[in-house]
Formats: sequence, structure tokens, C-alpha cells
Amino acid sequence: MKLIRSLLILLLATMASAINAQSVDEIVDAYFENTGGKGNWSQLKGIKMNAKLNQGGLEIPLEIVQLADGRTYTKITFQGNVIMQGVFDGETLWNTNFQTMQAEKADAEQTANMKLQTNDFPDSFFNYKNKGYTAELVGTETFDGAETFKVKLVKEPLSIDGQEVEDITYYYFDSEAMVPIAQESDVKQGPQKGSIQQIKISDYQEVEGLYFPFAMTQGVKGGPSQPLMIESIEINPTVDESLFAFPGGQ
Amino acid sequence: MKRLWILIISGFAVSVSYGQDQEIVLKGKELFGDLSARQIGPALMSGRIIDLEQHPTDDKIIYAGAAGGGVWKSGNGGSSFTPIFDEHAQSIGAITLDPKDPDNTIWVGTGEIWTRNSVSVGDGLYKSTDGGSNWSKIGFENSERISSIKINPNNTAEMYVAVLGALWGDSEERGVYKSNDGGTTWEKIFYINQATGCSDLVMDPTDPNVLYASMWEFRRLPWKFESGGPNSALYKSTDGGKTWNKIHNGYPAGKLGRIAIAVAPSNNKILYSVIESEDESKKGLYRSDDAGASWNHLNSDFGLVVRPFYFSRIVIDPKDPDVVVKAGLFGSISRDGGKTFRNLGNMHADIHDILFDIHNSDRMYVGTDGGVYRSWDGGTTMEIVANMPLSQFYHISVDNAEPYNIYGGLQDNGSWYGPSSSPGGIEARDWNNVGFGDGFRVLRHPTKNIIYSEMQGAQNVWRYDVERNQTKTIQPLPVEGDPKLRFNWNAPMAVSEHQPDRFYMGSQFLHKSDDMGNSWEKISDDLTTNDPAKQNQEESGGLSTDNSGAENHCTIFTIAESPLNENIIWVGTDDGNVQVTRDGGKTWENTIANVPGLPANTWVYHIEASVHGEGIAYAVFDGHANNDKGTYVYKTSDFGQTWTSIATDEIYGFARNIQEDYVSQDLLFLGTEFGLFITINGGKNWSRFTNNMPATAVHFIDLQKQTNDLVMGTHGRGVIIIDDISPLREITQEVLLKDVHFFTSNPTTILEESGFGGGSTERQFVGPNRSRNAKIIYYLKKRHIFGKMAMEVQDMNGNKLIDLGPGKSKGINVVTWNYQIKQPKMAKGKTFTFGGFTSPRVPAGKYKVVFTKGKETYETEIELQADPNSALTAAERQELHETTMKLYNMSQELAYLVYEIDETIAKAEEVAASGKSGGKVTAPIISELNALKETLVITTGDNYVGSADPQLREKLADLYSKVAAGFAKPSPSEMENLKLLESQYNKAKLDFSSIKSKRVGKMTQFLEKNQLPPVALKSFEEFINE
Repeated sequence: MKLIRSLLILLLATMASAINAQSVDEIVDAYFENTGGKGNWSQLKGIKMNAKLNQGGLEIPLEIVQLADGRTYTKITFQGNVIMQGVFDGETLWNTNFQTMQAEKADAEQTANMKLQTNDFPDSFFNYKNKGYTAELVGTETFDGAETFKVKLVKEPLSIDGQEVEDITYYYFDSEAMVPIAQESDVKQGPQKGSIQQIKISDYQEVEGLYFPFAMTQGVKGGPSQPLMIESIEINPTVDESLFAFPGGQ
Repeated sequence: MKRLWILIISGFAVSVSYGQDQEIVLKGKELFGDLSARQIGPALMSGRIIDLEQHPTDDKIIYAGAAGGGVWKSGNGGSSFTPIFDEHAQSIGAITLDPKDPDNTIWVGTGEIWTRNSVSVGDGLYKSTDGGSNWSKIGFENSERISSIKINPNNTAEMYVAVLGALWGDSEERGVYKSNDGGTTWEKIFYINQATGCSDLVMDPTDPNVLYASMWEFRRLPWKFESGGPNSALYKSTDGGKTWNKIHNGYPAGKLGRIAIAVAPSNNKILYSVIESEDESKKGLYRSDDAGASWNHLNSDFGLVVRPFYFSRIVIDPKDPDVVVKAGLFGSISRDGGKTFRNLGNMHADIHDILFDIHNSDRMYVGTDGGVYRSWDGGTTMEIVANMPLSQFYHISVDNAEPYNIYGGLQDNGSWYGPSSSPGGIEARDWNNVGFGDGFRVLRHPTKNIIYSEMQGAQNVWRYDVERNQTKTIQPLPVEGDPKLRFNWNAPMAVSEHQPDRFYMGSQFLHKSDDMGNSWEKISDDLTTNDPAKQNQEESGGLSTDNSGAENHCTIFTIAESPLNENIIWVGTDDGNVQVTRDGGKTWENTIANVPGLPANTWVYHIEASVHGEGIAYAVFDGHANNDKGTYVYKTSDFGQTWTSIATDEIYGFARNIQEDYVSQDLLFLGTEFGLFITINGGKNWSRFTNNMPATAVHFIDLQKQTNDLVMGTHGRGVIIIDDISPLREITQEVLLKDVHFFTSNPTTILEESGFGGGSTERQFVGPNRSRNAKIIYYLKKRHIFGKMAMEVQDMNGNKLIDLGPGKSKGINVVTWNYQIKQPKMAKGKTFTFGGFTSPRVPAGKYKVVFTKGKETYETEIELQADPNSALTAAERQELHETTMKLYNMSQELAYLVYEIDETIAKAEEVAASGKSGGKVTAPIISELNALKETLVITTGDNYVGSADPQLREKLADLYSKVAAGFAKPSPSEMENLKLLESQYNKAKLDFSSIKSKRVGKMTQFLEKNQLPPVALKSFEEFINE
């Protein structure tokens, strides 16, 4: 009986993939449905991830916290030293300087752009229309060997070097699983400007009814990339509130 | 309900059996997975640029269209550029930004308009609506070359496209087209005939209804070029293209050729045109001050009349109508309205386009045969953009050095060789020049440090003695009784695999030398059709004679000596003969009549003599110079008695080169005008390879035998390499049915190199190196999405060494391991000890790779081997490893010791703070342990110049990284230092146990007495793995 049920699921999945006439909202709805349901996602207050990044043999342990109100931090512990990166308390974005090990504020533009992401929890696509975002199904594409729907998401414009720049990300939704397996966006600043930043996503696993990707690979398209391996995800975690504030309290 | 189950089950069974009967054919990305190409340049000589375009209001945004390298965008005012058009035809004719939406809407017309012999082709008009991230084809599939795209700035739905059209034949897709709906529908509004295209279309800057169109009658054939005729003319329309009138008042009578035209952006009455005319004295620059009603001839300087087919562009300063720049051999600038000119500053010759910055006319950008140049002083001094690898190779070859070198010749950029890997990446300075002029074939002598290279038409063939830095020219010279020797522009040469000093060259004859070119013997009669009608090159050019040698015809183009038998030699000619000798040249047989489905006289571009059998060969024919863009690829197994086509409709573009695999006869690589195609089943199906591989023209492919690297010479994107194609040999139906398949992995050498490298500036292109890491290569039947998929390396006893991030693609995945384990866990200190970030290498040997995917576990083995060129003995290498690991372990043990101290201090402080009477017991613990700790780790300062004096942790880490990072036996000095540190470390341990027994014991008693918890410590293993 169990075998029959799995056969049925397989068959239905195959049939579903044959249906190509998808609208972007069907894709987005299926995505949330397949990863726990919108109701469950809307209950989520925050996540804490323990992950490690491998940079040419150097294993970097990370603790990443993201909260529903937009607060976030990444904590790296090395040789007993804590380095905070990308810490945002809702107003101030700051990082630990590696030389002095002291906190330093990010510039006003980066902070303003960070603030725009406050509404992106738990996912940029979540209630995207209410946020004023637009999503468009650009077409189908083979990505990582898989058939995907390519969806263009436009969020609030960013400010880059004093100019307003559209914030566009392309998501590749696997046409069977209906979850993103990659995203791409232009590198908008710095020496790599104009290149395409690519994040490959996989290893979706369940955590208390919600599915999160546990593996990501980030790099410049066509160039080297670094795998981020997520070891655990805690949902609605208890976090030390004081960690978000800029030390010195300014 | 039950019925439904049955139906579903039977349906499922049917679909499975259907799947089993059918051969699984994976295409493109589904097959290649994350097998990826690397583009190694070079960029130091860059390549030909066709068109430059700037954003109308943001002067930081500049676009460059290349002859064979696509569209590049700069967002930093031309400091550097990034490619944005890699998936489409790489030959560019025109780039135009939508005047109302210049941030997003970009139009690209493909097909170069500077119609030299080696020019590539385009395949239509493309549009992006997101600043170049995504492109869609709008149409004009058969246009071949688009010269202009003009958009009404007031109504951007109204636009014009000028089509120059086919170069090598008649075509109706030419002239001026108009769209009133933003490019959805098009109407041909101006057409002359099948031989005349629109070479330039200009819109009046203030009145979009006023248009100027230069129509050009032109034709190229393999053996000649014709520019000009009665239909070449300059036209004007004042009604948005409805009617067109010639504006020749002031032009000479008689035939005209190519005409360049420009309207001054600051004054629409002032026009400049540059004409090619029958009347020699009337060629050159004309100016009109009445919007074309009349013309005055101003100048016939060399710079103004040179090679109109290549240089017909004139650009006017947007602010000053008297400042004019003309493209040309060196580029000419006038600041007096065209009366007099001087050359632009020193840069690569052959200038094709000029761009004045929108705000500051002293800031200029120039597109040349050698890339984009920029100037800040009005063109007086020029500087190259150093990050555009647009080099246009005609041919490449490789040697067997380690790392191997790549040799090749470039359009107008000489001959070069450079390494496939270099410390710090492959930099400009790694490339060595080995020939002048246009470079073509460059071959390394099989055994000596000698390189053969050539320039156009074998005018010079160099034998270069690398060690002595000496050259000798060795091209075959005519001897008594010889007719004129006809060498192709891209003259064939070959070295013998059987006789190292043997060297072949082809004119109409095959020439053989057994002494490296000092003496020559003709080993054939004329192997071409020797058609006299195709040998009148001095008449080539049309109105402007252009007998550069580029049209030499009825010549041998390819020579292939069988790798199995030196007496079997294949020769292909540019006029369509495939000749073979089986007796070293005594007798020849022309097998062309046995090639089915091939039009007569189709250029034989390449013959590949197989390693799989003496009678086996592949031939690739290229008919594009006869206006035939078909793909012609054939195989013979019987010395050409029969030829069979192995091309399919899956291939896009005419083909120039094929490379067989040395192991699998079914694995073939085909280079076409639009990229690389691969078959794994002997040509039954072909797949385009697109992973980091632009759709650029692949002119030549070689397969390096030791590394199995596929090396491509592209005509527009330099050298592109796919490292190790050996997994493709193993793809069988059986493999494709498996969920996971590990491919055979060759042992990886732990290269003992630790030198310096990387001296390029941040704006210079640096080609990525071949990975030296161990590779785990596997096939996945399906892209992994749900569930955990992990990979770890274990020693052969199953002890975990390190986690790796596995690839998840459907198809082939390549995961690399740098044969290091995790860095040591270092003691907690106030600052970092940077030596502690070093990860130690594992010793040579076999390792297990364990791969879990959901509930399934898969396992494979990989092997590491010691560097055969090592200066170390096995015992010395062992000593190096043991010393490294000793220091690694000491560092971790010290970390645990410091942890113990910290925990004990913390407990003591807790007791002290608890207010109970333990203060007497804890005070000495706190002070003595802190004193000890200060000798073990840094407890003050920062990570930069505020750093404190190093303590034991830092000293250990420094010695550890010094030993671990190198490839030498630990030196006596290092060993003495180790001894010192060991004694300090042992003393520290003694000190700690003495404090423990003297002081901490008392605290433990105190804790017990007061029923307080003791110091809780993790075990060493727990601590290390936390």
C-alpha cells in the first residue's frame, strides 16, 4: 500500500511537471505550499542557523540569526574571538573590524539598503505584492540540469553610489519540486560590478513543519564558488537581544 | 477506487518500459552538469572592437561590441568591462540604447560590419530590457550583419534598423527597415538590390524624420573582394524613411564604394562623409554645411582613404562640429573642420570606432584591432583597457610541458605562447611573443625547445630557438622550374609525430623538410584545383585595390599526418579537395568525389587523422565564404573511399574544426561559428557546451594528452579550456540509468610548489588556473533538491578527515579537495594567531570519499601521490608531515590547556563572587593561573599594529604554519625552535599541574564542602569537535 502511494505521488508529480502553463502566482503559491504552507510561514518569528563555510581549506563556523522584524546578525567565532558581521538592529548596520576587533558602522547607503530588506522575512516572495514587489515568469530554462521556471523579482530600488538602481533577482524554480534551486542578480558595486552573483540552493529539509534549504553555494557565475553547509536551523529561537545593538550604543 | 489504482500502476509500468526501450539522450546542461570551461585570455593584446556606445546621461556606462567576443559593459567609465552577451552570436555590428530607457533597454545588432576575410557572422537583432542581464532575439535571422539601429528619441516605438547583409552572396535581407511598434513588426522601407546593403544609417539629432543612409555594393568571395559599384550611394530622407533621394552634389561622377556619414550633434546642418570613389583624386573627406544639399571635398590624406571596407567611420565631437575623428590605420583627428588631420596617439593599429564622452570631449574611447583604448587628453595619449580577453586566435596547439603551454596566432596581433597555469593565475606577463603581423599556426618542435610560427601568407615562417633567443626564417622558397608558390593567408604547417625534425608546409604543393626547414622537398604535385579564374588577387578590392594576400586561393589549408603511420598524410585545400597519400607523398588520391551531400569547392577547413585506425579520419568543410552556412562534418574509416556525414541538426553554425578523443572513438568535439558542440555517441547526437563557454567562433581545438584538457582557440574570446574531459568517456547507457555514478579518478599529484605569483594590477585580466586539487567526479541522475546530501573524506580506516560541499547538478559534478584537513583548534586569546589559520596537508595515499544522499550512502576512493619532481626523499617527507602534525597537535593540546585554565579561573571567580568564604582559596588560583595564561596566549592588543608580544600559542602557530605550508624537510633551526617551544610547553603543563595540586585542590574541597558543582570540563575530543 505504501508502495502504491509513493507510485501515485511519483506519477502525479510527473503529470504535474508536464503542465507548463504556469503563472508566477501558481509557482509562488506552490513554493510556499510545498515548504510548509503560508499559514506556518506567517507564524515564523525568526531563525537561527549554525553553518560552516569552507574557504580554501579554512573552515569558518557561522551563527546566523534572522528575525521577523528585520534584525539580523552573523557571528563568527575564531580562536575564541567573536566577530560580528552584517549586524542590523533595525537602524544601524555594523561589523567587527578584523584589525581592531572593534565594531564599526557600515556607511549610510549600505544601511539604507539593508533597511529595505526588513520586510523580506521569511522570504522575499512572501506576500510580495503587499510589499510592492513585482514578480514575472520570464520563461523556462535548464539550470543545473533541471528544468526550471525563471522568475524575475523586482524589489524596492537600491541606492548604489548615490544612484537609484533597480533591485532585480532571478529565481530558478525547479519545475517539479516548485522550490527555488538558484538565484542570480547583478553585482552592483565593487570590482566585480557587472558580473552575475549566483547562489545555488539545495538540501531542503524540514524543521518543525517548514522546509529550509540546508546547502547553498555562492559565487560569481562562471567563477569559483564557496559552499555554505547549514548544520542546524532553530526556529523562533531565543536570542540575546543585546547582540544586535551597536556596541557603545550610539 | 481499486480500479483507479490499477490504472495508475499500469500507466506507470508502461512509462517505465518505454523509458527502458529508449536510449537515454542527455543534452547540453543535463549532461555536462557543472563541468565548466575556464577562459584564460590573454587580454594583453585584446581583440577587434566594432562599436562603442555610451549611456546618454550617465557617463560611467559604456558598451563595447567586439568582432568575435560579444557585448561588454562598463559601469565605471571604461576602467573595466564585463561581458553581457555570452549566450548569443559574438560578432557585433551595432549597439544602441533606448533614448528614453537607456538604463534598461539595449538593442544589439549582430554581425561585424568591417568585412575583412576572417570576419564572423551575426544572426539577427537582440533586445534586453534589464540592462543586459537577459536577451531575446527580435528577428533579422538572415541579416548576417546589422550596421545601425536608430530610435526616435521622442517616440521610441519608432525605430530603424540598417542591414548591411550577407558578405559572400546575394541576399534580400538588406537595406533599411522600420518599426512603429517598438520592434514587434518591421517593414523594409529602403532596398536597392541583392548585392547592396546599408552600411550606415544616421538620424538627424533634432529632427528624427531626417535620415541619411549610405548604401554599399560589395561582395567577398574566397579569392577576391569587390567594393563599390553603380548602386553605392548616399541617400537622405526627410519624411521618416518614406522617400529617399541621393545627395551627391559635389561628389565625383562614376562608381562609388563604401561611404561613411555623420551629422554634427551640435549643428544638424553640418555633415561629414568619407567616400570611396572611382576617381582616385576625389576620394576622402567631404563636408556639407547645408545638411547634405552640397558637398566640398576637403581631404584625401592616407588616413582618410585607407581601406574603406575596414575603416568607414567618422565621428564628430558632440560639442564642436569642427572636431572630427576618422577611423583608419592609426586614426586621424581634425580640429579645423576637416581641413587638416593628425594621427591619434600611440595605440594598437586599425581604429574602427571612436567615442567622445558626453560631458567632456577630452575623454575619448577608441575601438581598435587590439581592444578598447581610453584617452583623457583628446586622443593625444592612449591607454588600453586591460581586462578584455577578446583575442582572436586562428589556430592553437599545445605541448607536453607541465603545466603545458598553449601556442597560437592572432588576427593582427602576432603569435604567442603562454602557460595553462601559472603562480597567481595566468597574467599578461606570462605570454610570450613569437611572431609579428597576423599570427596563425604556432607549433612546438616535439623534442627540442624550438617553436615554429608564421605571418600572413607565409611571408615569414620563423623557427625560433627559445633558449638562444634566435630566429631564422624558413619558409619554402621557389626553386628552378617552380611556378609561383601560392600560400594561404593562414598557411598550413605541421610537425611529424614520427620524425621530430620533420616539418611540413603547404602551398599548392605539400613541402616536406627533414631538417627543421633548412631544406625542402616537394612531395606532391599541385593538390588544388588550380583554377586560374581564382588567382587574380592583384585585381581584388574593387574601387580600392586591396591585395593584402588575404584572398590567395587554390592553396592547401590543412595537413594531417597520421599519428599511426608517417606515410599516410592527408591534405585539404581551400578550393575543396581532400587528398591522401599512403606512401609518403609518392602518389596522391583526391577523395572529394566520395563525400556525399557536399557542394563542390567547399573549403576543407580541417582534417583530423585518427589515432583509432590508419584509415580513419574526420574532415570538416566550411562553405560560408561561398555563402553556404551549412555544417559539414564527415568521417571515413577506409582512407576516404567512403565518407559519412556525422553532422546533425542539433549543431548550430558552420564548423571549422573537429577534435577526436584519444581514448573513446565516440567522443568528438566540434568547433563552429557559434561555439563548442560535443557528441558522446560518435555523432548521432550533438550537444552544445555552454558552461562558462560563450557562443564564440571556435577556430581550433586540441586535446592535451596528459591532462585530457580540451583547449580551444576562439576567434574572439582567447583560449578557453575545459579541464579533464575524461568523464565524458565513461558516459554509457548503464551510467545514465544509475542514480549516482563515480567516474574513474586519476591519482592527484600533491605538487610541491609554494612560490610567489600575482603581480597584476587590479584592472588587469588574470586567467584562472587549472585546479591542482583532488577531484571527485560523479554523475547524478537528478538534481538534488530535498533532503540532506553530504560528502566527507575519510582515511581508509573510516576516520573522518573533512566535510566537502558536494555538487547537486543533474549530470556531471566536480567536487574538489585541496587535500587538507581542518585548521587546528587554537587556544582562545585576545587576538588571532594567523599561523593557526593554516590547514595541514594529508600525506599521499588512498582516501575514501563517502557521499550520503538521503538514506543512501555511496563510496569511492581517491588517491593522492607525491610529486615525482620532489626534492624530498620519502623519509624526509614523512618527517615534514610528522613535525607538522606534532605542532598541530601541540597547538590543539595547548588550546585545551588554556580552556582548562579559563574554566578554572571562571569557577574561582564564581566562588569569589558568591560571597561565601572561599575568597582565600580562590585568590591565589586566579592570580597564578592568570599569570600562567599570560605566558601561553596573547591577552592584550589588537590584530594589527597594536599587537602584543607573541606568547607560546603564537610562537607555536608561527612555527607550525612555517613548517606546514612549505615543502621542505624541517630545518635544524626549525627543529631547535621546536625543542625550545616544547620545553616551554612542558613547563607550562607542569606549572599548571602544580597550581592544580597546590591550589585548585583546595577549591575542589571547598566546593564539595559547600555542595557546589565542581569545575565541569569537556573531554579533549568534545572540545576539539565542538
